[in-house]
Order: sequence, then C-alpha cells, then structure tokens
Amino acid sequence: MTDEKPAEASSEAPPVANAFTGLFKSITTRSQASGVTTGLFTVASSLVAVGIALAICAVLLAITGKDPWAAYSKIIQTGTDGDKLIEMLKRATPLLLSGTAVAIGFKMNLFNIGIGGQYLFAALMAAAIGTQVSLPAPLHVAFILLIAMVAGAAWASIAAILKVTRDVHEVISTIMLNFIALAVIQWLFENWFRDNSLELNIKTKILPVSGRMPDIVKDKLGGMFIVALLVVFLYWVIVFKSRFGFRLRASGLNAGAARTAGIDAKKMIVITMLISGAIAGLVAMPSVVGEIYAYGPNATPTQFGFAGITVALLGRHHPLGIIVAACLFGFLDSTSPQLQLAAIPSSIVQVIQAVIVLTVVIVNEATIRWLNKRTSERTAARLIASGTTVGASA
Amino acid sequence: MAQSDSALAVELRGIDKHFPGVIANHDVDLRVKAGTIHAVVGENGAGKSTLMKTLYGMHQPDAGTITVNGVTQHFRSPSEAIAASIGMVHQHFMLADNFTVLENIILGAEPANGQRIDFDEARQQIHKLAESVGTRIDLDVPVSELGVGMRQRVEILKVLFRGAKILILDEPTAVLVPQEVDELFLTLRHLVDDGATIIFISHKLKEVLAVSDEITVMRDGTTVATVLPSEVDRRQLAELMVGSELPSPEGRDSEIRTDIALVVEHLTVTATGQRDLVHDASITVHSGEVVGIAGIEGNGQFELCSAILGLTPSSGTVTITGHDVTHHSTHYRRQAGLSYIPFDRHREGLMLEAPLWENAMLGREHMPQFHKGPLIDARGAKQDCRSVIERFSVLTPSEAVPAFALSGGNQQKLLVGRELSSEPRVLVAAHPTRGVDIGAQAAIWDEIRKARDSGLAVLLISADLEELIGLSDTVLVMFDGAITATLDPAKVTPEILGTYMTGGTVEAA
Repeated sequence: MTDEKPAEASSEAPPVANAFTGLFKSITTRSQASGVTTGLFTVASSLVAVGIALAICAVLLAITGKDPWAAYSKIIQTGTDGDKLIEMLKRATPLLLSGTAVAIGFKMNLFNIGIGGQYLFAALMAAAIGTQVSLPAPLHVAFILLIAMVAGAAWASIAAILKVTRDVHEVISTIMLNFIALAVIQWLFENWFRDNSLELNIKTKILPVSGRMPDIVKDKLGGMFIVALLVVFLYWVIVFKSRFGFRLRASGLNAGAARTAGIDAKKMIVITMLISGAIAGLVAMPSVVGEIYAYGPNATPTQFGFAGITVALLGRHHPLGIIVAACLFGFLDSTSPQLQLAAIPSSIVQVIQAVIVLTVVIVNEATIRWLNKRTSERTAARLIASGTTVGASA
Repeated sequence: MAQSDSALAVELRGIDKHFPGVIANHDVDLRVKAGTIHAVVGENGAGKSTLMKTLYGMHQPDAGTITVNGVTQHFRSPSEAIAASIGMVHQHFMLADNFTVLENIILGAEPANGQRIDFDEARQQIHKLAESVGTRIDLDVPVSELGVGMRQRVEILKVLFRGAKILILDEPTAVLVPQEVDELFLTLRHLVDDGATIIFISHKLKEVLAVSDEITVMRDGTTVATVLPSEVDRRQLAELMVGSELPSPEGRDSEIRTDIALVVEHLTVTATGQRDLVHDASITVHSGEVVGIAGIEGNGQFELCSAILGLTPSSGTVTITGHDVTHHSTHYRRQAGLSYIPFDRHREGLMLEAPLWENAMLGREHMPQFHKGPLIDARGAKQDCRSVIERFSVLTPSEAVPAFALSGGNQQKLLVGRELSSEPRVLVAAHPTRGVDIGAQAAIWDEIRKARDSGLAVLLISADLEELIGLSDTVLVMFDGAITATLDPAKVTPEILGTYMTGGTVEAA
C-alpha cells in the first residue's frame, strides 16, 4: 500500500555532508551479522576482494613497466621474515586504535572524521603535561595515557556539542576541527611547550624514564600494542555485549525506533563522540610514550587519522575485522622500504591499500545484499517446510 | 470544451497490481475524458497512489491495459509516460532549493544551443506557459525563497514545460492554505480551458466537489463508482469512500475503571510559519478504556502521538497514571507505563537488520530479564523473545533471524508483542493492524482487548473504521489538528464519521 507517511523534519545538513553520510551509511550499516554463516561469508568475500585488488594492482604495475611478480614476491619474501612480522604488529598498533575510534562512531552512524586533530592535540597535551608531574613508573605512564584520552575526548566534544546544540553535521565540524587543531597545536607548541634547548628536531621536553612504556620486544614492539588490543577488546564488550552498546547500535540501525524506545539521541551522540575521541587520543601514544618520549611537529606521525577510516571500513567495524585490517595495512607498510630497495616504487603499497578498501567495500556490499535475500528466502522456506512455528510447536 | 466529450484522454481497464503479500490495486477501471478535471478520491490505502504510479510508469501493472489518447501503452519508466504527454506533480515537491525558478523548470529538459543552454529560449517558452495558466512568476529567484503555493506553481510549470497535456496532481491541496487552494483551482481551470486534462487525487471531498467534472471513488484497491459532482453530496461521497456496510461493534464484558490513566490537556504542537499541527487537544483515557481517534491521515495524529511520547516539543500537559510527565524524557514516560505502537513499523519500530531477540528487547533493555549488570543477558533476552513469539503467534523459524526476513504481519505481531510485554498502563496504538493479513489482525485485536480487560488504557489511532468502532469505547474525531467531535461508537455510522473526518458537522449526531 502506498500510505502517505507523516512528513519528517528534513535534515539541515549541507548536501556534501549528506552525500558523505549516505555513502558511508550504505557501506557500513548493512551488515548486522546474524550467525556464523554470515561471518564466514564476510571473511570469504573479503579474501576474494583482496585477491581482486592484488590483480588490479598487478595490472597497474605492469602498465608502469614494473614486474608485478617481482613486486609481489618481494612482499611475500619480506613477510616470511620474523622481524618483519614484529614490525607489522608495531605498525598495526596506531591503526588498531584509530580504526576502533572510527568504528565506534560508525556503529551509530556518527562519522568522526576528526581523529587526526584529536590525536595530535592529545599527543601534545599528554607529552607536555606528562613532563610536569613526577609519579612512580606505572602510574606515570597511566597518567599520561589518561591525559591523552581526556584531551582527545575534549577535542571531540566540540563537534559533539555543535551537533546536539546547533545541529552541525559532524563530518563538517570534525574535518574543520582537524585544521583548527593543527593551528592550535602549533601555537601552543611554539609559545608554551617547545623545549628550546634542542637546536634541531624540535620537540617538547623529553619524558623522564618513569613516563615511558616498556617494550614487549626491545626497540621493536612497544607495550602500546597490548593497550591497543585491550582497547579493541573493550570496544567489543562495550558495543556488542553491553546495554549501552545495544542502545548505541540501535541508534545506528534505526534512529527513529531508538528514539521512540526512549533512547536519548543527544546523550548517545555526546557519549559516543567522547569515547571515540578518547580512543583517538591514544593513537599517537606508541610514539609519545614508546619511541620518541615527546611530542614534535616533525617527529609525531600525522597520517593515522584517515588511515583509521580505511581500517574501520575494511574491518567492517567488527573487532576481529579491525585487527585483521590493521595487521594487513601494517604488513604492507612494513614492506615498502624493501620494495624501494628493489627499485619498485614504494607508493605501490598505498595504491594496494586504497584498492583493497574499494574492492572490499564493493564485494562485501554485494555479498550482504545476496545474503539478506538468501536469509529471507530461507526463512520463508523453513516456515513452509516445517509447517509450524516456534510459537505453535511450544 | 475544446474537444468532444466522448474523447478519452486516459483509459485504464482491469488494472491489477500486487506487492508481496498485498493487493494494492485490483480490477481498476478509470476513464478520464479529455479536457476535464477528473478527481480520484478514496481513503489512505485505497490504492490511489499505486494506480497513479502505474499510469506514470513508475511501476508496471500485473494485468490490465493503459490507453492514452486512444493508443495502448506499456510504460516502462516515467520518461516513457512523459513522452506520451503525461506529467505528474508529486505531493512532495521535487525541486532543487538553491536553483532559481528558471533552472528548476528546465532542469533535465534544457533547450540547447549547441553545447550551451539556451536560457533566452527557455525564458520565452516559460513566460508563454505561465501566461496560459494565468500566473505570474519571477523566474530568477531561488526556489528556497518561494512559498508553498508558488513552489507548486513551479512544479506545474515544470511538468508543462516537458510537454505534458495530461497532468496527475497527487493531493495537491494537502499543503496549501485555503486561499492558495482557490488560486490553484483557478490555474487548473485555465489549464483545462487550454485543452489539458487533469487527474486530481484527493480525499478532501469539499474541494473535489467544487473543482472536478467527474469523480471516481476508490475503496480497498479498486474503483467502486464514477459519479458527477452534481449527482452527489458530500455525505454520499463519503459513504462511497468508506463503504456503507456497518461494522459490527464487539461487545465487552469488562467495565471501564474509574481511575484515569492518561490525561492530555490543551496540547498544542506548533510549526514555524504554518498553522498548528495539533491545536489545543485534550483527551482523557481511563484504565480499561479504549479511546479511538478517527481522522484522515495528516490531520495531526502523528504529531499528537509524538508529543504524548515526548518526541516533539509541545505546549500543554501530559499526565500518565497521575504523574505529570510534561517535562520528562521519552524514557521517563515509558518507565511511567507508556507504550507505543508506531505509525510506521519500519521507520519507528524495528531494527530490520537486527535479530528478533534484539528487536523484542528494544525499549525494555532495562528490565531485569535482559541484563546482568551492565551487560546484555543474551540467553535471557532470547528466552523472553521466544515467549513473545509464542504468545503472539509470530511465524518465524527462530528468534535469531533478522527482522527483515519476516512478513509484514509477523513483524507487526512482534512489535505489538514487545509493546504489550512491558506491562504498560497506557498504550498509544497507531494503526496497530495496518498492512497485516486478517488472521494477524484478529490476533492483534484480541491481545489489545485482553490487555484492556486487565486495565490497560488505549489511545487508538486508526484509518480502519471497523477497527475504530469495534474496539473503541469513545471515538474522537481529529480534523486539522483539533479534536472536532466526541462520538459514541455504538451510535455512530461510517457516514457520520466520514462527514466529520472531512471537516463537516452533523446536527444531533
């Protein structure tokens, strides 16, 4: 029937933001997994997608006159090296955190594109405030991580407040806040936190030993890897197993139903954004408490903001998916110096990563549509075949 | 009239259109004479829009023929219908707000001058068209600056610019104030004098009688009569629309209790720049009582329910079982004993991609069987869901299937089950049996009656007069945002209801 639906207040978000949201919605909200089969199909389709991506990149390599076999065998050869596997985990650490920060927002259709600004702001705050206190070793590190989370959440809260009070779309505000963060950080750093005793390689003051995270593998894998895994685990518990997470996912699956069920949309937006920002705050910590022991405009890595979006997409915001995606990207990153040595442009790694994300998103979307159709048909078939129902048989 | 009376612009014969589980149109015949205004009236869900979408090529009929100006057509898309000079003005305008009137009108049909758009040519053509419909319009203002009436004028010009001679107007007056309605009718008359044919979809009988040359009435997916406005009055038309059979009101054994469960006082929902969506509505529902609200959809029922639930800002007070909840959240109201069967189960009720057990838990997840501390107790939730499935005979292989896999009727049963399982004191039920099969409908009615007998207060919003009269102890009529009548369902007839629902009054009803 074609009953007229009551008109709903139209979203005031600018068209760009809407298009963006639409794109991500179509990508991210379809896969409420029902059962192990769905999971298996998702894994299988992801593998197929990675295969397709590699094939596409082989063609690209061939077109540019490089030997794809040489490139791929170099990558595989690198991957069999034990040290490289540890490097993969090291490189995966910030991606795990960044991916999880994005994923928790995705779960309720909230698009925190501002991970970059949040974690850089948090890195500066944590490094700067961390040198101002003296605490015993484990507490000092914990304190620095806490400062980072609070700072990340604080920066993210600006976008949350703008959204719930002024209806500003978070895609717009978080992207803008990335640029604002860079300017604010530079100002704070130059005027307050810069350690002027260092001539080259400008940084904040170096953290004392008590504020440094011990390594798991000396100089190769920092303790933040464990923290990152813990964060992913907590993400799983909170989002998939808790009452709060149920409300969060309900808001993402059907905001209208969540509202009529009494879930306070504004509260959920603020809390989710704060959690996302707090996780984002940890993204640069492997560097701050594990490697450089300071914040520096040129020393602290800046590329993990958008990388988190691709990791969350590739991992379909499932905790295991995020781990696999972060490791895959970490692995590809770790091979790029080797490729360069073999006269293969190392940027092929970024191309492969980008193509993988595209193919996975496309192939998974097709798989989910097919799976949903199959589920509907099977449900109908099972009802017809049994001629009974759970209700009637009990 | 320019053309002879016998020439038919549109002839639909034996149109059938099925959607999975629903027959939207069945054996529809419609004959529209060229150069006339032909109204198609019927209640919501009578199949008017489905029929017009068929004529406009938005979907294909399962059976039947479409003849336009004597030529049999098989439209596969709206562009083919446009090519056959059919145009449609949708109820919800499809205009680009930040484009000017001129740009909107030519969008998609730009007169070209080589690679460039020939704006001068377009301007001339549009001025000619505007003149012919007796309207003046500034082509260079952005559409966002126009009022609703002018936007509709732009939509009409857009359709005419594409060469339409047969115009379908879907509920064109729904969004207009009376003055604008008069202007629209003037425009339509101009168009008809110029040789156009107009198919006018409406359920506002007064307007239909005022403007149309012929009226076809639809009910339950089929055309039941074609009449001339001079032959019928509003009451007879309403009777045709709702069907003359009187539903048999069910007797009840239980008594309405004396305690008041829901009080709504002077509730008003305002909208910027428009009339009040709900105006000064006061409703009292006792425990064990069903108060029905009759009304054509879009007369404020949705906003009334949203306001009672605390989803829409409103003035006035809402009291649930003695607690003034006016300034409290939806969650608080639900805790106070309020339950809600929403208008649209897909939009406001279910998470289609989530399993049934999660759906059955939504809004009740604070209840002890669903959680252990802060974590969800999946086992307990599944068990609870199985009991809902059993009690409400939801046809499903298990509680783990996603909600989208169920038929509409079973989705609705699950939803009703969920809302009644929270042991509510007040149920706001909007179209509780819409789009479900007869078996499911009876089951849902039974459950509502049972809950009522054990003291549930029900505010029932429905377009189904049988449901309203059969279940309600009191029937209120909502028209234009206000409660316009309080009727006794034992004495009321569908004709009387129909008259009230369309804004009329009956003496000594």
